[in-house]
Amino acid sequence: MGSNIKINKGVDVKLQGRLESDEINQLSSSTYALLPSNFHGVTPKMEVKAGDEVLAGTPLFHDKFQEQVKFCAPVSGEVVEVVRGEKRKILEVKILADKELRFKDFGASDPSNMDGEAVKNHLLASGAWPFVMQRPYDVIANPSHDPKAIFISTFSSAPLAPDLDFQIKAELEHFKVALTAMAKLTKGKVHVSVRGGSDSSYLSGISGIEVHEVYGSHPAGNVGTQIHKIDPINKGEFVWTVDVPGLLTIGRLFKTGHFDTSRLVATTGAAMSKRSYFKAYAGIELSKALEGRFDAKSGARLIGGNVLTGATTSHDSFLGFYDYQLTAIPEVEDREFFGWIAPGLNKFSMSNTFFGWMTPNKEYNLNTSLNGEERAFVMSGQYEKVFPMDIYPVQLLKAILVEDIELMENLGIYEVAPEDFALCEVVCTSKINSQAIVRSGLDLMIQEMS
Amino acid sequence: MKFLQNIVEKLEPQFEKGGKFEKLWPLFDGFATFAFVPKHPTSKGAHIRDGVDLKRTMITVVIAMIPCLIFGIWNTGHQHFLAQGMYAGLGDGVLEKFFFGAWRVLPLVVVSYAVGLGVEFVFCIIKRHSIQEGFLVSGMLIPLCMPVDVPLWMVAVATIFAVVIGKEVFGGTGMNILNPALTARAFLFFAYPTKMSGNSVWIADSENLRANVDGFSGATALGDLASTVGIDKTSETATAVMSSFGNDGFYSMYNSFMGFIPGSIGETSALACLIGALILIGSGIGSWKIMFSAVVGGLTMAGIFNLAGANAFMDLNALHQLLIGGFMFGVVFMATDPVSAAHTETGKWIYGFFVGFFGIMIRVFNPAYPEGMMMSILFMNVMAPLIDHYVLQANIKKRQKRMVIQTA
Repeated sequence: MGSNIKINKGVDVKLQGRLESDEINQLSSSTYALLPSNFHGVTPKMEVKAGDEVLAGTPLFHDKFQEQVKFCAPVSGEVVEVVRGEKRKILEVKILADKELRFKDFGASDPSNMDGEAVKNHLLASGAWPFVMQRPYDVIANPSHDPKAIFISTFSSAPLAPDLDFQIKAELEHFKVALTAMAKLTKGKVHVSVRGGSDSSYLSGISGIEVHEVYGSHPAGNVGTQIHKIDPINKGEFVWTVDVPGLLTIGRLFKTGHFDTSRLVATTGAAMSKRSYFKAYAGIELSKALEGRFDAKSGARLIGGNVLTGATTSHDSFLGFYDYQLTAIPEVEDREFFGWIAPGLNKFSMSNTFFGWMTPNKEYNLNTSLNGEERAFVMSGQYEKVFPMDIYPVQLLKAILVEDIELMENLGIYEVAPEDFALCEVVCTSKINSQAIVRSGLDLMIQEMS
Repeated sequence: MKFLQNIVEKLEPQFEKGGKFEKLWPLFDGFATFAFVPKHPTSKGAHIRDGVDLKRTMITVVIAMIPCLIFGIWNTGHQHFLAQGMYAGLGDGVLEKFFFGAWRVLPLVVVSYAVGLGVEFVFCIIKRHSIQEGFLVSGMLIPLCMPVDVPLWMVAVATIFAVVIGKEVFGGTGMNILNPALTARAFLFFAYPTKMSGNSVWIADSENLRANVDGFSGATALGDLASTVGIDKTSETATAVMSSFGNDGFYSMYNSFMGFIPGSIGETSALACLIGALILIGSGIGSWKIMFSAVVGGLTMAGIFNLAGANAFMDLNALHQLLIGGFMFGVVFMATDPVSAAHTETGKWIYGFFVGFFGIMIRVFNPAYPEGMMMSILFMNVMAPLIDHYVLQANIKKRQKRMVIQTA
């Protein structure tokens, strides 16, 4: 067994709009789409054209710079449209789904009898590889690398995040098979983190994994936090990570031979009228999936993912490849009179300049207000309260802003991903968009290192 | 408030790009965002944000200074009347003292804000950025760290110097190296020393009082103590000064703590500073690490002096040292300025310690600069980036060492 890890820094932002029930609706739509923008850094090269018939698992496009990384159709049917934007950039690949889904058969197989190379090829061929992410850089893993370890976080500590244990236990066999497969991909360890104090007995008996119990507030569930505490990344090293829905897809691939992206999606947030799960394949039409759950006319913001790291999406878009949570929160509508002096009981704040500290368990109904204007860095010590890594966050951000590669390396750019800075961004007095800065820093490193 | 909001929204297009008053956008934006938190939505990254912004932060600091301001107003009147033997009791003539104090202090506050904000507006319009809130605090700090008899035009000149040279040339709030309020004070201290030190500026109308009141000294605790440096501590002068620091003396521990002594307007009351410190620490804006380590640093230096005991000044009780002069005010409001202080948490311990340590050292060793705190904080402002540099180097070394172990 592994270790107990305590995360002392961080904060759980308590929001209204938690899941109300475990009810699951099975949903489908007539059109599905795969959005290349879900895959950061990938330049798509089409393998199909409009009019082609595809099965679930047929490659739609691949990455121009890593040809073996394929992005496959989540459903079977006819490719009806490749939507392009400026400079012919591919925005959406739309598929008109068959009534009865047909899967491409990759053959059921048992990873415990396979070697690493075979597991890797199986994932690459079937379209499951994009679930394997790498650090540094927080992009889809380069299959030619030899990762020093693989990290799995079995829980999310983000605001309103669904309980992933619930999903794991529903498909335990798939989960176990996927972990066995992961163990084949690295000569190092597979580190699996569970929420401190939760029942992790279901993980016993899987060979090649090490289980860690992680206690504390968000970002305890972030895999980046866990990597940093368990075995931090040094220059030149790579680690891979896979999230729980990705593992379940991989597990199904080995069990059934099908690329099956179905996942439980939690609809959460104060502006979501029905807060429960639906089960659907990646790329389902959101207008269909959110029927009776979200009112497009309400003007609320729809987010694919959680409020900290998710991307704004819209009612007429499609479910993202990595999304297993949809959150809706009200948009900011009114200016607030004399907000700098008002008691602000409805405002979340890490600083005690508002009187929220008197009601620590209050659940807030927060809107999308920036609550101020962007400024230069003024306050210090603020990020450090929510940033549990042994890294100086503000200094790293400044190194990125001045594009000082050596300083970025020295200050730990290889260990971070944008999501690790999400809380810093939330608590920042100067309203600095640190996630975007970190992303630009990582992109710069990719350029410099290639 | 809907009514006001409508006005703002109606006027807005005229100040936006292409509008009639495009150039005055920072001015409009400054007033509009002062009245209303703007409805800017989050566009990148996290969709929800903390309620705090720079306006709220700065206003909280100003609120923390209000006890010092109110006490300073009263004490200005108190010292003025006390010197003439009027209303000697603390409870006597409270209203008169307040009125007199307000009459002398508020003009300083008004001049500081009007001039400082005026300069800020000009810079914002030239450089086309929105008004930054840093001056809200500096504008209050500047009058509070001045002697009450300082002429208004000097405050205006010092404020212009502080905002332009201390802040705007570096790029505005957040970019400055030195604390702007102390820059203003240091400017006056060196440019017009007769108006910033000596025995004629600390009590309102000192010159008049000296002419008309027998035995008027007008000195501060530090001024009196400085006069004991270089003379035998058993001499008559030295013992007379030291007796005033006894339990019944004018500068007794109690009087120094409460602030019933002459000095810069806002600095005399350690109690008011402590209330401010509580607000700053409670709200999470001021660093308790800096305040705590500065007090430790001050006590350490004063303790060393106690042991050395070369003159009467060194013999002063270590705790008493911290209660007189600008020590408490500097520690609570000046040293904790997040921009000019050390930025790393480890660095704050070191920075704070030396602020206190050098503050006491300068005031005792160099009687020409009775206010060691100003020098000490400015010196440590300059040193703060160096401290941060070494703290960062330690982190970098740790990371490099880890890499070597891994690859070895």
